Amino acid sequence: MEFNFQFDWQAAIDSLPFLLKGLPYTLLISFAGLAIGFVVGIVFGLMRIGPTRWLRWPAVVYVEVFRGTPVLVQVLFIFYGLPTLLGGPINALTAGIAAIALNAGAYISEIVRGGVQSIERGQREAGLSLGLSPPQTFRYIIWPQALRRMIPALGNQGIVSIKDTSLFSVIGVGELVRQGQVYIANTFTALEVYFMIALLYLAITLSLSLALSLLERKGLVG
Amino acid sequence: MNDTVTRHDAAQTAEASPIVRLDKVNKHFGNLHVMQEIDLSVAHGEVVVIIGASGSGKSTLIRCVNGLEPFQSGRIEVDGKTLMPNGASGKSLQAVRTEVGMVFQQFNLFPHLSIRDNVTLAPRKVRGMTRQQADATADKLLERVGISDQADKYPTQLSGGQQQRVALARALAMEPRLMLFDEPTSALDPEMIGEVLDAMRELANDGMTMMIVTHEMGFAREVADRVVFVHDGQIVEQGPPDQLFDHPQHERTQAFLSRVLKH
Repeated sequence: MEFNFQFDWQAAIDSLPFLLKGLPYTLLISFAGLAIGFVVGIVFGLMRIGPTRWLRWPAVVYVEVFRGTPVLVQVLFIFYGLPTLLGGPINALTAGIAAIALNAGAYISEIVRGGVQSIERGQREAGLSLGLSPPQTFRYIIWPQALRRMIPALGNQGIVSIKDTSLFSVIGVGELVRQGQVYIANTFTALEVYFMIALLYLAITLSLSLALSLLERKGLVG
Repeated sequence: MNDTVTRHDAAQTAEASPIVRLDKVNKHFGNLHVMQEIDLSVAHGEVVVIIGASGSGKSTLIRCVNGLEPFQSGRIEVDGKTLMPNGASGKSLQAVRTEVGMVFQQFNLFPHLSIRDNVTLAPRKVRGMTRQQADATADKLLERVGISDQADKYPTQLSGGQQQRVALARALAMEPRLMLFDEPTSALDPEMIGEVLDAMRELANDGMTMMIVTHEMGFAREVADRVVFVHDGQIVEQGPPDQLFDHPQHERTQAFLSRVLKH
């Protein structure tokens, strides 16, 4: 057997078709998880600052639990632990999406809370003084401004969550890292394959950064 | 046509019932008794200027009139609707706010909306006006306050004085029966105070009922039908501007005026 200490570009390129089979899973878990997490985050973030007092503590508990435990433990709990409670197996893809949704949701609810609370009190007063109802004031005045301020933090969270999906190779979802591990097991080209995987993650996260900065710039002009 | 009918009715009932009546209103901030047994009535078409030192409770007083501040006891009647203590006003709260306009010290324009949309938002969402109707009204009002060529800009592109005139147009777009002004010129550069006061003067001359909190004593003397002096959460003295400014009866009023009129 011959050892090659050079970076083998051909081996890197050869691995791409196999690795790219994992890309849809990485993207699906990331974006489905983040989309659900965004909704979850809005709901819990608003519960935390809403007028209804008894809705606040469930929101606090949710945030502390899912922000305070590792996403790896969360997905292991969902995939291996929950079936014992539910009496049936959970699809690995579903478990991954659920873990991202719940974990990102906890962080996003704090982003939502901070964004909404950062809007000056006078904005709400001006809306109410014009006869808008409190929900209308929120929808037309507070929320659009808060959302714009939340974009950088949401971008951060998106990038973190995309990278977190790499952990889900442990439950056997055929995402990028899992595909890489399978490929390396046959070819022993760890250097080239992990390099390519890193590039693929970078391509996803840079696209997201670019999209968000365009959105932000457009938003600032109005 | 509708407008003239309501104005006529208003004129007829003006004598009988004031548009605003505060009845033994009390408000506490913790241990601080910021409004003490406040009784105050404002007639239709009357311009009432409220003066007093910082922290005297004068801003709190007018913010109670449209329910931005809750109060703990007493009652406030605005145009036939009643605001109750401790936020228990129910539906009448929004009804009052729909009929009462307010201009704030910090303008509080909506920075994410164009000048025109700042003015049309409430007429569209609360009055159910079409965009076309609301735009037409907005353009008329913006012309009236001298901002007609800026309708497509955003608030931050305007000077403070212009922003405050837009805020006035925004409030007027709801065709309010009463206008509240909470130190409308206090955040302005000196050279911009005049343009805002001019717009307010014009509004007063048109017969709008106004409650104004201000430190502009010259303006108060000129425009007010009545001046109310507030000290430590109490109405100490009130009367026509000539009487209050030239012959204040109470020593608190005398002390306050000697301080603010000196320079």
